[in-house]
Amino acid sequence: MIALLQRDLRLATRAGGGFGLALVFFLILVLLVPFGVGPDTAVLAKIAPGILWLGALLACLLSLDRLLALDWEDGALELLATSPLPMEAVIALKALAHWLTTGLPLVLVAPVLGLMLNLPGAGYIWLTVSLALGTPTLSMIGCFGAALTVGIKRGGLLLSLLVLPLYVPTLIFGAEVARRGAEGLELATPLLLLVGISCGTIALLPFAAGTVLKMNLR
Amino acid sequence: MVLSVSSLTVSRAGRPVLSDLSFDLMAGQALRLQGRNGIGKTTLLRCLAGLQPPLAGRIVMAADSLAYAGHADGVKLQLTVLENLRFWADIFGCWDIERALQAFELGPLSDRLAGTLSAGQRRRLGLARLLLTNRPLWLLDEPTVSLDDASVTLFAAAVYDHLQAEGAVLIASHIDLGLPAEVLALEPYRAGSTTSTPFDESFS
Repeated sequence: MIALLQRDLRLATRAGGGFGLALVFFLILVLLVPFGVGPDTAVLAKIAPGILWLGALLACLLSLDRLLALDWEDGALELLATSPLPMEAVIALKALAHWLTTGLPLVLVAPVLGLMLNLPGAGYIWLTVSLALGTPTLSMIGCFGAALTVGIKRGGLLLSLLVLPLYVPTLIFGAEVARRGAEGLELATPLLLLVGISCGTIALLPFAAGTVLKMNLR
Repeated sequence: MVLSVSSLTVSRAGRPVLSDLSFDLMAGQALRLQGRNGIGKTTLLRCLAGLQPPLAGRIVMAADSLAYAGHADGVKLQLTVLENLRFWADIFGCWDIERALQAFELGPLSDRLAGTLSAGQRRRLGLARLLLTNRPLWLLDEPTVSLDDASVTLFAAAVYDHLQAEGAVLIASHIDLGLPAEVLALEPYRAGSTTSTPFDESFS
C-alpha cells in the first residue's frame, strides 16, 4: 500500500509531475488580489479569509484532472484493479497523495499569503486550522469526481462542474471559521460542521469512488 | 484446474460478441485464443480478469490467481525501469526483481527512465511485471506487439518457465510462439453466428 503512495509522490515531484502547479496558481491569485481590489488595508483585511479559501479551493481544482487520468491512459489503473489492492484503498491512497502534494503545501503557504492581504493577527491560526481540516476533503471529493469522469477524453470541464457544487459546503464552513477567527468571534459551530463534513467525506467517499471506478473501467 | 469457464457470454458496448463459450485450463497448460479482429478476444480476457462482468455463464477460478497484461503496459515514463518493477513487486508482495530483470534482459537498462526506452523495450518492461505477480494464471492480450524476434524468444522462454512451474497461460496472439499451446478458435462461438442469416449484414 505504501508503494502506491511512494510512487505517486515520486511521480508528482518528477519533471512534468505537476507538483507546484497548484501552489503557483494560489500564489499568483492571492498576489493579484490587492492589485484588483485596491490597496485599502481595511477592505483587504475583511476579504482576506474568503480570498485565501477560494484561492486554495480553485488551486486544488486545477490539479484534479490528472489525478486518475494519467493512470488510466497508460493502463496502470486496469492493472491495479487486478492487483491485490482493493479499489477503495487505491482511491484513498490517491487522494492522500494528492493532498500531500497539493493541499498540504497550500496550508503551509496560506499564512504567508495572509500577510499580503493584511489578515488580522488572530486570523492566522484559524486560517491554518480551517485549511488543514478542509483541504483533505477537497482532495477526497476531487478523487471521487475524477473517478466519475475517468476515461472521458478532455473530461476536465465535466469534472469541474461535478465537483464544484460538492465543494460548496466545505468552502462555506471553512471560510466562516477563518473569518470568525480573524474577527475574534465565537467559531465552534462552523468548526464542528467543517470537521463533520471532513470526517464523513473521508469515511464514505472512498467506497463510493471505488465502486464508480470499477464501473468506469468496464 | 486453474480456470474453468462454462457457457460464458461476453458483451462489448452492450452487444454480445461471444456466446456459450466453455473451456477448462489446467496447470501447466497454455491456450491460445484465435480469431479475426473484433471477434472478442480482448473482451473475453477483460471479462476473465474481472474488469467487466459477463452477460451470462460461470467463471471458476481461485481468488487472486490471475495476472493480466493488456494492450497498455502501465509503465510510468517518469520512473526508471527498476522503480517501475519495484512498485509492482511491492504491490504483489514479491521480492525477486532480479529474476524479472534477467528474464527480459532489462539489467543494463535498469537505471534508465522508462520514457527513454523504445517501444519494444517498454513492452519487455511491461511483461517483466508478470514475473513479479507470483500468480498462476496469466491472461495475455497481444503480448508480442512491438517485440522483435529476439525479444519474442525471451518472452516464449518466460512463458515456458511459467508453464513448467505449474502455471497456466491464456494468450491472445496472432503469432505462434512455438509453445506447446492448444488453440481455441473463437469463430464458432461468435454471438448470433448460428441464428443470423446472410441478409442481416446488408440490411442492418
